[in-house]
Formats: sequence, structure tokens, C-alpha cells
Amino acid sequence: MDQSDIIVIKQHLIDPEICIRCNTCEATCPVGAITHDSRNYVVDADKCNLCMACVPPCPTGSIDNWRNMPRSKAYGVDEQLTWDTLPAEIAIEESVNASVGIAAAPSPTVAAAVDETAFNSAQYNAALPPWSAAHAYSNLYGPKSRESTITATVAGNVRVTEVGKQYDTHHIVLDFGSLPFPVLEGQSIGIVPPGLDANGRAHHARQYSIASPRNGERPGYNNVSLTVKRVLEDHDGKPVHGVASNYLCDAKVGDKVEIIGPFGTTFLMPNHPRSHIVMICTGTGSAPMRAMTEWRRRLRQSGKFEGGKLMLFFGARSQEELPYFGPLSSLPKDFIDINFAFSRTPNQPKRYVQDAMRERAADIAKLIADPNAYFYVCGLKAMEEGVVLAMADIAKAAGLDWHAMGSDMKKQGRLHLETY
Amino acid sequence: MSAINYSEKIPNNVNLSEDRTLKRALEQWQPNFVNWWDEIGPVDSTDSEVYLRTATSVDPQGWAQFGHVKMRDYRWGIFLNPTTENRKIHFGDHKGEDAWNDVPGEYRANLRRIIVTQGDTEPASVEQQRHLGLTAPSMYDLRNLYQINVEEGRHLWAMVYLLHKHFGRDGREEGEALLERRSGDENNPRILGAFNEATPDWLAFFMFTYFTDRDGKFQLCALAESAFEPLARTTKFMLTEEAHHMFVGESGVSRVLARTCQVMNELKTDDVTKIRAAGVIDLPTIQRYLNFHFSVTIDLFGADESSNAATFYSSGLKGRYEEGKRTDDHQLRGQTYPVLEARDGQLVEKQVPMLNALNEVLRDDYIKDSIAGVERWNKVLEKNGLPHRLKAPHKAFHRQIGALSGIKVSPDGRVVSDAEWNAMKNEWLATDADRAFVASLMGRVVDAGKFANWIAPPAMGINRNPVDFDYIRFN
Repeated sequence: MDQSDIIVIKQHLIDPEICIRCNTCEATCPVGAITHDSRNYVVDADKCNLCMACVPPCPTGSIDNWRNMPRSKAYGVDEQLTWDTLPAEIAIEESVNASVGIAAAPSPTVAAAVDETAFNSAQYNAALPPWSAAHAYSNLYGPKSRESTITATVAGNVRVTEVGKQYDTHHIVLDFGSLPFPVLEGQSIGIVPPGLDANGRAHHARQYSIASPRNGERPGYNNVSLTVKRVLEDHDGKPVHGVASNYLCDAKVGDKVEIIGPFGTTFLMPNHPRSHIVMICTGTGSAPMRAMTEWRRRLRQSGKFEGGKLMLFFGARSQEELPYFGPLSSLPKDFIDINFAFSRTPNQPKRYVQDAMRERAADIAKLIADPNAYFYVCGLKAMEEGVVLAMADIAKAAGLDWHAMGSDMKKQGRLHLETY
Repeated sequence: MSAINYSEKIPNNVNLSEDRTLKRALEQWQPNFVNWWDEIGPVDSTDSEVYLRTATSVDPQGWAQFGHVKMRDYRWGIFLNPTTENRKIHFGDHKGEDAWNDVPGEYRANLRRIIVTQGDTEPASVEQQRHLGLTAPSMYDLRNLYQINVEEGRHLWAMVYLLHKHFGRDGREEGEALLERRSGDENNPRILGAFNEATPDWLAFFMFTYFTDRDGKFQLCALAESAFEPLARTTKFMLTEEAHHMFVGESGVSRVLARTCQVMNELKTDDVTKIRAAGVIDLPTIQRYLNFHFSVTIDLFGADESSNAATFYSSGLKGRYEEGKRTDDHQLRGQTYPVLEARDGQLVEKQVPMLNALNEVLRDDYIKDSIAGVERWNKVLEKNGLPHRLKAPHKAFHRQIGALSGIKVSPDGRVVSDAEWNAMKNEWLATDADRAFVASLMGRVVDAGKFANWIAPPAMGINRNPVDFDYIRFN
């Protein structure tokens, strides 16, 4: 999914009242998103990829401020430079309203509950990976790294949604040849589109989750795959041309692509035997889920991995929009428990991922209570509140103390939210 | 004795396990360092487990690992920032040549002196601050003090690494001497004046970390430009830690101000006697502390005209602050810079060759940065609806080093007579009575979440923890 084409964004801000202007964040940022003048240090929302590299080095905590903002209303750099204090948070419903029409918008009942208690799903998002996660390399290529970009070759580009339908999603394979680009499932990479933007500046990188497992789209090869949806209109139906998504969807085998990354050190899968994975996604948020599923499938095939349940909740407007529907349905039932939710199937009531989850409450409650079960949520921002709220309700109905449970899950790296 | 696995105990990215000479040198030095820590490090802290940040690698994920550890067991690591391949020297006579990974013979003595002078300040500040734990205003503040202490210890390690690795036997001897000098010792003092002054109370500590650690920042920034690659990479990494020290100072003074404002508003007065009677520090005293620490710290930049500074720059040992971001020729020959001198009872500017004025250039950059923070303190006063403002004194005020050291100048920059100076100095600089008053407020408060009366709690805790988190487990 092309970041710039999403309506609601999580905007990263620095609190000017607490910041001491020490420059550590600017020196750390791998994508050059942080800048300053004599008054303030500020984050450029167009460049920030939410990689969190600046958060641990900040001595003050002022760096750790986030606002859900409609993209069109995101605070610009010039505006932030004039601040003495952070602006008040815009009510959640206001920003959610702006995203009505997104496939995974919370159902009305959920929205009401959000409104009532100002439920904040982000507070449960783990800042650490599972204890058995493999070590992730990050920021090997970028403006602050030794090499600013790595060049990959397009090794494959296949349309995975039906031709003729309005949904045009591509499965793209990028090969790194003999250059190092080690990745793990759940990490993402940045694509740097060629050319200049309307202001004559180089395009900023667009971030995509990797859809292939650690040992390559093709096992043993130095390549990764991406799931890219061609963006031709914004959520109001107005025509826009997604810079990176169109560039990638139109790429020919053999084309060279400039890449930065990898990014991400927390949204990583557990590797210990009998660890369970619950995956909840919408649209191209399925990419990391595909990667994890495929890695577990390969392990299972090689006979090296015992047990561990996989459970998938996959939301889309309709079956036709689903990438990978075919391959998914051929996976054995005792390997993965798949639950679809379609919000726009004719003559059927709208059904969202959280509705599918509530139907499976008994199983999910068990997994919430199980320290070996890890939850991953990826997709549009609007789904996040609904999904975490559903988890909270399921836990409460099962007699669990969600408040304690949720913060334990966060501490143990068991709940990961990646929404955009 | 040699059962300790040093490459495990000492997190590093300098390939310590394979460098036998270096390992042997550090093995000899390490026990002496621990002895020094036991003898002169923070008082009464041996058994406490402190929620400390430890660097285990230089990437964003590795360099800030939090957990409760005893300070004696802190893993003092050795880290160099990642290198840029084929880095070129970007200023001075060697501009355009490859950066050095070894010390060029002709610059050996000067480089050693720079590293020793920097290294000497690190243990000095631990010594200066060793008694502060006894009067900590909160567990949160005590934790921050200890964090600073262990990081100053790590900075000493960083400098000793350079001495051991690149300066052979004299490097090892200098490494030992760094553990032998003592802050304030008449016979064997620390090298720089400000590092022999006592840090008697927490207001002084906050002022010191705001002003004097900021000097550290500017010196490290200038060294981070160095043509000597290991020094540049070491100091660049140290800067990430230095930021925490300045944070403690800046937020500490802000919190003192916030509490004082609160009491002034409650009592509706700016009468010093009433404010002091309420057990908080009055604004004039804070201003006098500020004047003292500001003036003592800007002396640390050295004489305003210095041929050493010119040599260090031209030979590529030490650049200017943000050298890489400047757009001049980076050689500065034939250029001039204004410095101050007193003529006929007036301060006047005179133009001197810029190369000789590089101490002054760095001092002026420092002053600009310091004043911006003083303005942020003023925001606290403004927010509390008080008309009072703090002000950094003139740079000629209370100077002991350079051309301005022989004259008396008021905080607003007037040259004054000895008589006026003597009449006014108690208004301008913290007096013994001020210090005695501040000392009288210093009682130890270390129950989690409790704060001494004279300081406001911080806006947030450390590493997303609440303010009343168990930052120290006293055993």
C-alpha cells in the first residue's frame, strides 16, 4: 500500500515543551525525516516511515508523540516550527469519520464504544519482538547508512487479482543478486521511485511489507516479494496516481529498482516450537501474514517444526479483491484456520474482520490467555481500534482482566499492530 | 584473575576479542578503574540496583537497553560510530586527503593532549558529583544522576581505549594518570578549572549539567569532525549519551522554576524572604547560580586568541562545530573574526585572524545554544504568568581566562571599577549565604513517586515508565 495515498495517517510529532534540541533524533533518523530551525525540531510526515529508530535514543521522551490525522490535515513542517506546545489531540471519531468508506471501517456499534471510552488501541502495541524472534537487521541501506540505496532487479511481476476487475494487485519479486539484504517476515522495505516530484525534489521512499519468508520468495535465492495494489483513486473516489504503486505495477522483468531498508525490529514472528500465530489483516496488509504463513509452511514441509496453530482473519470488500485467495484455500485445514470477512458482497450484510473474530471468541479467548500465542494486525488504520476492541471484549466475556492481559501482551511482545 | 571474559563483559564494536595487545592493556586497566569507582564513585550506591540504560551496540535498537543493574556491574562498552567508507578530511591543510586511521607521528603529542584533556573531564565530574546521592530530591532524579555517572565512566573508557589502542606505552601511562588525578585535589588536580569546583547541591548539579555538559557537547562535536577517524567516530557516539546529561540539567532547572512559580503564585509575592521561608529557591538566587555556571563554563573554551587552536584546526585534529554543514573554504587562511578587549574602560571588538580565534568561534556557538535554552526556561515563567525573566550574562562577565580575565564586567556588559564590582558581586554571583540556603533545602527524598518540596515532578518518566516507577531498588 502506498503510504501517501491513505487518508488517515499516524503522524509523528515532537513535543516542543519537553524537547531539549539535542539533535540526537535528527542524527539517528535513517530517512532524513527530522529537521530543525533555531526554535524547534520537527518531523516531516511525508518522509517519516514510523521506523521508530529515533525513539530509544531520545533522552527526554518528547519524541514519543503520535496523532491520528487525516492525511489532508497533517501538520506541515512550517507549521510545526512555530509551535511552543503540541496542539490538542483531535477526537478519534473525527479522524475516523474522515475515513468512512474504507473497507475495514469499524462497524457503527464499535465506533460508538470508541467514542464513549476513548479506547486507545495503540497503547497495547508491543515495542519488543517475541522472545524467540530471530535477530533482525535494519537500516542497512538509507541516507544515514554506509550505502544510501541498494539496487534490486525485478525478477517477476504478476497480477494476482482478476483482470478486468477494478482491483489491480500485483505480486512483485525483487532480486538482490550478490548484495546483502537479509530480511525477516514482518519487516518492510522502502521503494525510491525514480524522477522528481511536483516540487522538483527527489521522491521520498514508499514503504511496503515483505510478503516472502526469510530464505527468499524462491527458497535459497536472494529475493523478496511484495504485494502492491495499484492506486488510481483516493478514498473519496477522486482520481490520483499513486507514484510508487504505479511505478511498481508497471515494472518489467529486468528493470532496476532503488531500495532502502530493511525496516522493523518488533513485528517479527516467534520461532519456538508450539508457538501460535493469530493474523488479522485487510487488503495488502496480508503481505506479512503471507510471509509468516509461508515460512511456517516450509518448516512444516521439511519436518523440522512441531505444532503451533496458525489462525488467519482476512478482510476485504469482496472475494475478488483478495490477493492470494487461490493459494490460501489450498492450504491444509490442520495447518491454518482461515476466516474471511467480506464487507461488500451483494445481498449479504457487511462483515468486518472484527465480526469474524467475535464469532470465534471461544478460540481467541484461549489464545489471548496462552503465553505462546502471538497476535499480528496489519492493514488500514481504521481497522486497528475495532480489532483490539474486539479482543478486549472477547477477553472480558471470558472472565479475563483485559487491562492486565493487554499490558502483559504488550510487555511480552505478543500483540503487534501495524496499520497505516 | 583473568577468568573474566572481557569481550563479553565489555560490549564493543572494535573487535576486542581479537586484539590481544589492546585486551591485555584493558585487562590491566579495568581493575584499577573499578577500584577508582569504588573509592571515589557515587557514595552509598554499591548495593542499589538502578534502572540504567546500557549501550550494547551502536544501532538505534542496541544502544539503549534498559534494566536494573548494580552500577559496579554496569557494562562499560567501547563503541565507534559506523564509518563512512573512504572518508576524506574536510578542513584544514590536509583537506581532501584520506582520513587517518592511525596517528600521524607529527601530530601524536597534540592528539594525545586533546584526548587526555577530554578524558580527564569524565572521571572528574563523577568525583564532583559523588555526594549528591545523599541529598537526592527523588528516586527519579537519583536514577538520572547515576545514569550520568556511569556514562561519564563509559566516556572515560572511550578515551582510554583510544590511548591504549593508538599511543602505546605513553597512552597506557596517561590512562593510569586519568585514574590518579582527583577533582579539587591541591597536589594532583584535574586538568581544567571548572572540573575542580565542587558540585555541592542539586541546583548546582542541574546548572553544571546544563552549562558544563553542553561545553562537553561542543567539544565532542568539534572532535567528531577530526581527521583522526577513531577519535571522530568515538566522539560521535558519545554525543548520543551527552544529550541525556543536558536533558537532566535543562529539565531540572525547569522543574525548580516551575515549583518556585507555583509557590510565588500561591503566596502572590516575589519577596525573597517569604519565598525562601516557603522552602523553595527564589528566582534571584537561581539567576546568580546561572551567572556563575555560565561564566565558569565559557572559560573552558580557552583563550580568545590561541595559536594552539589554530594548529589543531589547520592540522585537522579538531574542527569547528558543524564543520561539515558550513559553506566557507574550510581552511580560513586570511579570514578574520571579532574578539572582545577592554580599551579605555570600554569593551571593543577587534578583528583577529580567524584561525587564532577558533576558541572564540566555538565559544560563540556555545553561547547561542545556551541562550536558546535559557529562553525555554523563561517559557516556564511566562506560562505561570510571572513577569520575571532569566538572562545569560554578558560573555565578558566574570572571566578568568583570556584577554577579558584582567577586567571587571557587569552581567549586562559594562566595564566596572573594582569598587563597583566589590559592592555588587553578591548581587551577581551566588554567595556563600545563597549556597547555605540551597543546601538547607537538600534533604534526601527517595520514596518512589515522592519529590522534595523545592522541585516539581517531571512531565514524564524514563523509557515510557511512569514517574512513580521503581527506578532504584535499594538493597
